Amino acid sequence: MAAELHVALVAADREVWSGQATLVVARTTSGDIGVMPGHQPLLGVLESGPVTIRTSDGGTVIAAVHGGFISFADDKLSLLAEIAELSDEIDVQRAERALERAKSDDDASAERRAEVRLRAATTR
Amino acid sequence: MGAQLRVYKRRIRSVTATKKITKAMEMIAASRVVKAQRKVAASTPYATELTRAVTAVGTGSNTKHPLTTQAETVTRSAVLLLTSDRGLAGAFNSNAIKAAEQLTERLEREGKEVDVYIVGRRGVAHYNFRERKIAESWTGFTDEPTYADAKKVAAPLIEAIETATAEGGVDELHIVYTEFVSMMTQQALDARMLPLSIEEIAEERPKGEILPLYDFEPSAEDVLDALLPRYVESRIYNALLQSAASKHAATRRAMKSATDNAGELINTLSRLANAARQAEITQEISEIVGGSSALADATAGSDR
Repeated sequence: MAAELHVALVAADREVWSGQATLVVARTTSGDIGVMPGHQPLLGVLESGPVTIRTSDGGTVIAAVHGGFISFADDKLSLLAEIAELSDEIDVQRAERALERAKSDDDASAERRAEVRLRAATTR
Repeated sequence: MGAQLRVYKRRIRSVTATKKITKAMEMIAASRVVKAQRKVAASTPYATELTRAVTAVGTGSNTKHPLTTQAETVTRSAVLLLTSDRGLAGAFNSNAIKAAEQLTERLEREGKEVDVYIVGRRGVAHYNFRERKIAESWTGFTDEPTYADAKKVAAPLIEAIETATAEGGVDELHIVYTEFVSMMTQQALDARMLPLSIEEIAEERPKGEILPLYDFEPSAEDVLDALLPRYVESRIYNALLQSAASKHAATRRAMKSATDNAGELINTLSRLANAARQAEITQEISEIVGGSSALADATAGSDR
C-alpha cells in the first residue's frame, strides 16, 4: 500500500473536505508546492488559487481557496482557508457573472476571486 | 357579573395571552440555541488548526513579532465587549457589561487607558446612556454572526494594535464575551487576546505532544504576519458565536420562567375569581333569603 496522508480542508465556518490522499498541490506565496506523504513539516501562506488533491482511491478533488494557510506534520495536512469551495459546488454561470461585474467595477480582489473560482470549476 | 369578578376575568385573559407569547418565544429560542451550537461546532476545526499553527510558529521559531511580545509599559488597552441587540434574555447583557466594567476598572487601576469597542445594541445603549466614550461599535448581526461580521469587527482592532501607541494605537487587546458552557450555564468572562502568551496556548494542548520543527514558507515572520490577524478574526468569530448561543439559551431560560410564572398567576387568579363568584352567589342567596323573610315578616304584621 502506498503511503497516504490525511487531508483536512477547513473553511472558517465549516469543514469542506477531509479524507486520505496521495498528493496535494497548492499555491503558496512563493510558488506552487506539492506535498506527498513523508514531506518535512511545513507551514506556509496560501495564495488564492485552486488546490488539487489526489485522493488515495484515484480520484481528484479540486477546490478554490481564497487566502489561508497550509500546514503539514506527521502525514497530516491541513488547509485552512477563510473561504474554500469544492469545484463541484461552484456555479460556473454565477462565477462568470461575478467576474464580469468585478471587471466593470474595477474590483481587483473580487476579479481574482471569481477567476480562481472559474479556473477550479473548469479543470474538474 | 360583579365588578370584582369581571376584573379577575380580564386579568386572566391578558395573562393567558402573555403566556402564549412567552411560550412561543421560548420555543423559538430553543431552536436557535441548537442552530447556534451547531455553528460553534462547525467553526471549531478551523479554530483548533489555527491555534495549532500559531503555537507552532510561536514555539518553533525565535521570531520576535510585535503581536506576540509584551510591550514593556502598556499605556493603552482595547476592550471588545460582546452583547446582544435584543433584550429579554435575563441577566445576559448585564452580566457581560458588568464583566467589562470590572475589567476596565482593573486596567485603569494598573494605569492604562482603556478604549472600549462594543458589539450589540444593548451594550451601546448602556454606554451611551452613561455618556461614556465608545471607540467603535457594531450592531445588527448578534443573533446570527457570520465570518464576514467577525472580519469587520477585527479589522479596526488589528489596525489599532499595529499602530504605535504614541499615534493612538493600543498595546493590548482584551475581549469580554459570554461563554456557552451548557444549555443551563453561560458565563461572562474576559480574556486577553493579544499579545498572546505562547505558554497559555501551549497549556491548552494535550501534554506530551511534541510539536514538529516546521519549515516556514516563505519565512517565519511572513507566516506570523499573515497568521495573527486570522487568529484574531477566528477568536472573535468564535466568541461571537458563543455569545449568540448563550444569548439564545438565556432567552430560552428567561422565557421559560416567564411562562411558568404566567401559569402560576393564572392559577391564583382563577382561584380568586372562583372565590369572588362564590361570594357573589352567597350574597345573592342571603339577599333573597333576607328579602323574603322581611316580606314574610311584613305580611305577618299586616295580618294582625
